[in-house]
Amino acid sequence: MAKELKLMKGNEAIAEAAIRSGCDGYFGYPITPQSEVMEHLMAEMPWEKTGMVVLQAESEMASINMVYGGAATGKKVMTSSSSPGMSLMQEGLTYLAGAELPCLVVNVVRGGPGLGTIQPSQADYNQATKGGGHGDYQMYVLAPATVQEMYDFVFDAWDIAFKYRTPVMILSDGAIGQAMEKLYVGDYVPRWTKEEIAAKAPWAAYGKPKSRGHNIITSLELDSVKQEIFNHKLQAKYREMEKNDTRYEEIMCEDADYVIVAYGSSARISHKALQLAREKGIKVGLLRPITLFPFPSEPIKQLAQRVKGILTVEMSAGQMVKDVQLASEFKCPVKYFGRYGGIIPTPQEVLEALENDLIKG
Amino acid sequence: MFNEEIIKPENLVYKKTSVMTDAVMHYCPGCPHGTIHRIIAEVIDEMGIQESSIGIAPVGCSVLAYNYFDVDFVEAAHGRAPALASAIQRLHPDMHTFTYQGDGDLAAIGTAETIHACNRGENIIIFFVNNAIYGMTGGQMAPTTLLGMKTATTPYGRRVDLNGYPLQITELVAQLPGTYYVTRQSASTPADVRKAKAAVRKAFENQANKKGTSFVEFVSTCNSGWKMTPVQANEWMKEHMFEKYVPGDIKVDGQLVR
Amino acid sequence: MAIKGAIVVDIERCKGCGVCASVCPKQVIALSANVNGKGYNYAEQVKDECIGCASCGMVCPDGVITVYKAKL
Repeated sequence: MAKELKLMKGNEAIAEAAIRSGCDGYFGYPITPQSEVMEHLMAEMPWEKTGMVVLQAESEMASINMVYGGAATGKKVMTSSSSPGMSLMQEGLTYLAGAELPCLVVNVVRGGPGLGTIQPSQADYNQATKGGGHGDYQMYVLAPATVQEMYDFVFDAWDIAFKYRTPVMILSDGAIGQAMEKLYVGDYVPRWTKEEIAAKAPWAAYGKPKSRGHNIITSLELDSVKQEIFNHKLQAKYREMEKNDTRYEEIMCEDADYVIVAYGSSARISHKALQLAREKGIKVGLLRPITLFPFPSEPIKQLAQRVKGILTVEMSAGQMVKDVQLASEFKCPVKYFGRYGGIIPTPQEVLEALENDLIKG
Repeated sequence: MFNEEIIKPENLVYKKTSVMTDAVMHYCPGCPHGTIHRIIAEVIDEMGIQESSIGIAPVGCSVLAYNYFDVDFVEAAHGRAPALASAIQRLHPDMHTFTYQGDGDLAAIGTAETIHACNRGENIIIFFVNNAIYGMTGGQMAPTTLLGMKTATTPYGRRVDLNGYPLQITELVAQLPGTYYVTRQSASTPADVRKAKAAVRKAFENQANKKGTSFVEFVSTCNSGWKMTPVQANEWMKEHMFEKYVPGDIKVDGQLVR
Repeated sequence: MAIKGAIVVDIERCKGCGVCASVCPKQVIALSANVNGKGYNYAEQVKDECIGCASCGMVCPDGVITVYKAKL
């Protein structure tokens, strides 16, 4: 694939990736700190280049339901928003999960609760990884740490979304969304033709040919026995995701006495803290979950059996730490350090927490 | 059986269109949803657009409409059908995307989606069934419930001071530049069914010609919710509903005609 | 030339709402004294003055009436 070097904001990288990955439609509503996604799309006019539809909706509810409509017809469709907007989208997300529709949703997280701040945060971890809306469901959640990953994960998202017929979320934050970094972009992937949709998404409601019965997209099942059977199917799908598509990165964990678990922006800060610790002779490793659901529980369990302690670093009041504790099976101490409400921790703070709370504590 | 000798294929003048499935409808006896479904299905059949039609079902009594139309169908969240339809029609500009919604779905919880889809002039058809009550949940007040009308949540009749006014959303959307055709029909008599069918056909033809939003209201009954027999409910509709919800075209070819 | 009509009611799908009978210009439809499997008094043709106008078929919410017409 031909590679081209660009300098872009994370939000713009999402938009650029959408156009180049064969996305059929983007539907969104402006909210800081992610508005550049739609701004970049509108400026690029992809309807002229690839035929991609871009529409500014009247609300986040409308946006996610436009995604639901498009996804129901087998199209690659997406939206993006930030925390308060994502709360408004929860209804649509549970319908998407309930109707087993593939789509991409990007959350560039800001500090909450309520209207909160417009500064970066990771406080939507629980909402993203525990379903978020009503009912027993999960989304596949990718956590980029760089602008390049913002771009790459859009491509990955389509593969996963259609493989499992599931909503995929890219859980980013205001720092990565706003940060400008170099990134490599690739060639344009053509959008699917109607024939390709019929072959790859035969369940979709794209217009009933004479050769088949009508396709119905719904999350309604009035018979509870059937609804439970459907829920078994969903759970089986989530177990398959855990088995086949859990992603994480380990940095210097081989000889580590202590391990930091952190994702996204926190992982970058923690990587720096790791270097500071190593300079002081403390053997620290970093495990970076790339998928937050499915969560890399198994490698954390393995690490917990041989390290002296684990520290989670989060831009939230301690949401992921509970998943890490469960994964560790309490074989070693698991501590949490975080800043939140829109504050980004410094590597020095992380190092201090490592030394004072984990090593001495 | 009478006149049995003429019952043969060459004498057939009316039968249920094959664009309707054979599923037994869950609607109450006498509910006009079935008639309105069939009017739409007959037009789809006659225009030969079954393969290019995509329907959107609402939440409410017609939530299961997808079982009765033999076309691809999507069931929307409550009130969001016009958002789904906007996206689907933009992604498939040569298809015939239509929503089928009740008064609570379209004129209460989904008001924003309705108005903005109409205002963008989305090339979709919105079929709006107004029976002035929430049938599915057991007969509560709808945005279109008439003043004085008794419902489960207005047990002494709808009052302005407590409940506000009935919403004439069809007149409202007719004011928006994006709507091309706005009409109010009903389906309780053969003459009304013929007129309604012509209106539905006009809506699909407008869509084929990419004219923008067509909005077809069906003033309807809910004999269960109104606590009447189906025949009484039809009479009550003509006497009371038509006074507030006057049948006929409101906007034709983009021009207000009323 | 005389026009003769006939209707065939899908008895098991009929819900006995009576809307067909109320619009029949020749009053040839009535609800049966018998009930179908669901317990509804189904619609039936009770006289032979049917003219095959299909009014009943058009207003039947459940689409259970098929109409025939012949010039004799």
